[in-house]
Amino acid sequence: MSAATSTDWTRRTAAEMADALAAGEVTSVELTQAHLDRIAEVDGDAAAGVHAFLHVDAEGALAQARASDERRAAGEPRGTLDGVPIAVKDVLATEGLPTTCGSKILEGWVPPYDATVVRRIREAGLPILGKTNMDEFAMGSSTEHSAYGPTRNPWDLDRIPGGSGGGSAAAVAAFEAPLALGTDTGGSIRQPGAVTGTVGVKPTYGGISRYGLVALANSLDQVGPVTRTVLDSALLHEVVGGHDPLDSTSVDQPLPSFVEAARQGAGKDLTGVTVGVISELRGEGWQPGVLARFDEAVERMVAAGAEVVEVSCPSFVHALAAYYLILPAEASSNLAKFDAMRYGLRVLPEGVDAPSAEEVMRATRDAGFGDEVKRRIILGTYALSSGYYDAYYGQAQKVRTLISRDFEAAFGQVDVLLSPTAPTTAFRLGEKLDDPLAMYLNDLATIPANLAGVPGLSVPCGLAEEDGLPVGLQVLAPALADDRLYRVGAAVEALLTEEWGGALLDRAPELKGAAQ
Amino acid sequence: MSAQTVDLLSFEETLEKYDPALGLEVHVELSTLTKMFCGCPTEFGAEPNTQVCPTCLGLPGAMPVVNRKAVEGAIRIGLALNCQIADWCRFARKNYFYPDMPKNFQTSQYDEPIAFEGWMDVALEGEDGEPETFRVVIERAHMEEDTGKTLHVGGATGRIHGADYSLVDYNRAGIPLIEIVTKPIRGAGERAPEVAKAYVAQLRELIVALGVSDARMDQGSIRADVNLSLAPRGSNVLGTRTETKNVNSLRSVERAVRYEMRRHAAVLSSGGSILQETRHWHEDTGITTSGREKSDAEDYRYFPEPDLVPVAPSREWVEELRGTLPENPTQKRARLQAEWGFSDLEMRDTVGAGALLLIERTVAAGTAPQAARKWWLGEMARRANETGTEIDALGVTPEQVAAVQALVDAGTLNDKLARQVFDGLLAGEGTPDEIVAARGLAIVSDEGALSAAVDHAIAANPDVADKIRDGKVAAAGALIGAVMKEMRGQADAARVRELILEKLA
Amino acid sequence: MPEITRDEVAHLATLARIDLSDAELDHLAPQLSVILDSVASISEVASADVPPTSHPLPLTNVFREDVVVPGLTAEQALAGAPESEQQRFSVPRILGDEQ
Repeated sequence: MSAATSTDWTRRTAAEMADALAAGEVTSVELTQAHLDRIAEVDGDAAAGVHAFLHVDAEGALAQARASDERRAAGEPRGTLDGVPIAVKDVLATEGLPTTCGSKILEGWVPPYDATVVRRIREAGLPILGKTNMDEFAMGSSTEHSAYGPTRNPWDLDRIPGGSGGGSAAAVAAFEAPLALGTDTGGSIRQPGAVTGTVGVKPTYGGISRYGLVALANSLDQVGPVTRTVLDSALLHEVVGGHDPLDSTSVDQPLPSFVEAARQGAGKDLTGVTVGVISELRGEGWQPGVLARFDEAVERMVAAGAEVVEVSCPSFVHALAAYYLILPAEASSNLAKFDAMRYGLRVLPEGVDAPSAEEVMRATRDAGFGDEVKRRIILGTYALSSGYYDAYYGQAQKVRTLISRDFEAAFGQVDVLLSPTAPTTAFRLGEKLDDPLAMYLNDLATIPANLAGVPGLSVPCGLAEEDGLPVGLQVLAPALADDRLYRVGAAVEALLTEEWGGALLDRAPELKGAAQ
Repeated sequence: MSAQTVDLLSFEETLEKYDPALGLEVHVELSTLTKMFCGCPTEFGAEPNTQVCPTCLGLPGAMPVVNRKAVEGAIRIGLALNCQIADWCRFARKNYFYPDMPKNFQTSQYDEPIAFEGWMDVALEGEDGEPETFRVVIERAHMEEDTGKTLHVGGATGRIHGADYSLVDYNRAGIPLIEIVTKPIRGAGERAPEVAKAYVAQLRELIVALGVSDARMDQGSIRADVNLSLAPRGSNVLGTRTETKNVNSLRSVERAVRYEMRRHAAVLSSGGSILQETRHWHEDTGITTSGREKSDAEDYRYFPEPDLVPVAPSREWVEELRGTLPENPTQKRARLQAEWGFSDLEMRDTVGAGALLLIERTVAAGTAPQAARKWWLGEMARRANETGTEIDALGVTPEQVAAVQALVDAGTLNDKLARQVFDGLLAGEGTPDEIVAARGLAIVSDEGALSAAVDHAIAANPDVADKIRDGKVAAAGALIGAVMKEMRGQADAARVRELILEKLA
Repeated sequence: MPEITRDEVAHLATLARIDLSDAELDHLAPQLSVILDSVASISEVASADVPPTSHPLPLTNVFREDVVVPGLTAEQALAGAPESEQQRFSVPRILGDEQ
């Protein structure tokens, strides 16, 4: 059954929903209700179901949907996506809606303000379905580090949906939302996209405002779209992107048209496009089925007219080390504000009479943070300590320069770079939980883009032969050339969809009654 | 706080044995309309937590954006202190936990200050009464943000120690601060306390002239920390340094330096050692007490603030700002001295008392320079001394002094009555005119009443009257006194004298 | 090979204001050593002449004008506070001195 003719509105793409709204075939209330019903059917909770959502705001979403329908009836829709519902990662501040970042320390906190991207989706008329699950403070690659229990992969509920934005990716993959916002510090949009068979984009650093994004590592974080198609990502990117005076690191330049680039790419013609395959991002430790699907996709691109060269980025082998110094360092400072004084959890130490502020801070931070967060805070504190700063943090910043130089050299030869998004398909829940290093390796291919600030996109490229689970192909472009991601990504998507005879997600389990 | 007895060496003996090295860190709160990194207002005295936003409250997700005006203020201060202005500099995070700091890091500048390597020539009185300057070398001036204000509840004193809990108001959090740090000041010897005070006074004057801050020490908009260490006389090896906080009046700067010199000397000369620590200055008792010990545990883990981009002032911008600098203070003093016709001594006293700007404003409000000088260095200085404050913190404005002097010039008041008007001003009784009316202070010009009072005095003092009749005019003073007493001071003494001499001619 | 001792972890936890239990200290020290070992190679990668990158994009001089923007009401500011009193955030007694 073709998605476009399905009677189930949740199976449509966001672009199709937008067209249907514009044509008066459906109302925003109907769309929103259909997704709320789907959430009720499959999402469940920490014990069963996909558990993509930490908080569902049915009432608020329907109210926004009604307002959207009224605007449309009055002939005043605010934009293409007015009325198309969306899910928001719980790391983005939402006025009036709880924002926990997957942490106990923020349980029950309701921000008095909206993140800029949230304000923009509200202004564009997208009803917010709720807040999606994530690894605590976005530290993780499996969403197992959420204090509220893991999200499960819609392809196999015993497996991880990737992380940290497993909730957003799983919500989209399970048809609980057509669109979601994610954040990507080292791969938290792209790697979940790869393992759930969805599309995820990390824009150029500074391309989308970070104001209201609870920072993990400020110099690496980016907000980005999480969708089922490349065109949908482009549509959402155009809604939330662009300069924001509240974010000093926001780029003040006109955006190229991402939607146009995606539509161009859908024509499946890659003539004149040179793509580089990064030789360092394959080989030992990479799942054969992942590499096989990736290579086949590259062959299809060649058949569509692309020129392919192999490119070496020798400093990428140090990216993981630099990342695991820079991130904990910045995070240790960012997370200092969670101290039980102004908001969030306050835990009084046991057996202490009239505890001091310092004792309350220490007890609260011990009780309120999970193991991974504590591990990284301690590591970051160490990396910034006098005596170690130069050897670790300072050195990591230099490696960043080397990685940027590798990208510059590579983009001197090619228009975009390619790699598999993640070294493996989705692993089983609990499999790597006690092995931080093994967990960190998931981000091997995605981290360099964050260190250099360049944009990246993950698009599904098939199912691995060994386990039948989705594989992602990563496209990387020079800074501010995000439009190339959309053109090439849409081409890959169109070529492969044609070959498969339908979207990859049509092959995922239906999950009927999964919530029980 | 219990009284602590600390041995002090006499100042003379201290100087026989040791050379002081001074360092001054002055924090200036800029009078921008908004905070350093957000658009919240900076007004002093607002209701608690009404001038806050996600950024200055440190709410998760909020981000800073630098206030251009604050950067301009920093650059102008730097230029006025003869500093280099950085081509490129960054903000950094200074990480430490404290409840008055919403993010638990202070956004500050670390090894890349906006201004560095400057100097200020401080005017002092030379031994022979000739003016003399002492050059204070400025190490850096950098931008940072202020913290919230904490009220301590419970306990005996309202101080932090012994309090049951504390209440925090973040209105002040994020207000722009410029920290101006001197290089160690050596070679001042016995004049170290005087140099310290004169430096802060002159810096304050400069800040006010720049218009970047109201620089009120009493409101904390300019705050000084005094670093001090001693080296054995003739040695270059500096001892351990203490940092005395809370030195919030010019007078205290001088006293705190003197106190710490004597305390260090007493400890060192008895074979003890100085702890590297912060110390608190107590204005009331004139002593310092031990604060926080500086230790290895204090590791601020500075790193560049990733949410802010570097500040790279163009040379054009810097030169444009240089063009806005006010008159150089040394030149300005020379000009004012000539305009006012003050002697060198009068000028030095004026500067030393921190009264230059006050007199300038008083003169601008219409008062003769000498009259303005007399009020500020006489009456106001006496009152300030009695209450242990600075003359500009008394609560009397130059405009009020000018209004009072205008009443004296008009013959409505004499000096004695004028002093009562100042009492009224300080008690908040209204304008000088209102106080004169309400207190009935005006000089009695009713000739009938005056004449009757003179007659009473002559009748009551026949012996004195006889002497005057005999030509001993000097005896008139006793009769004038009696008349003034009857008139409760509200008479023109010169007119009384005339009347007495007329009647007894 | 860099190694973080248990005492060092305890010191770092104090700096970071986390009251780690003995069990957590026992667990964390070896884990951190393994992680540090894996990133240790970084100290030899870049030579002294490589400039550090603190910001991924080369932006400078991003300022706002000195114009008041409406913020939060005291009620909004205090809404999430664990405790408040007299329109202020109520915090437990403070031991250390201001910096």
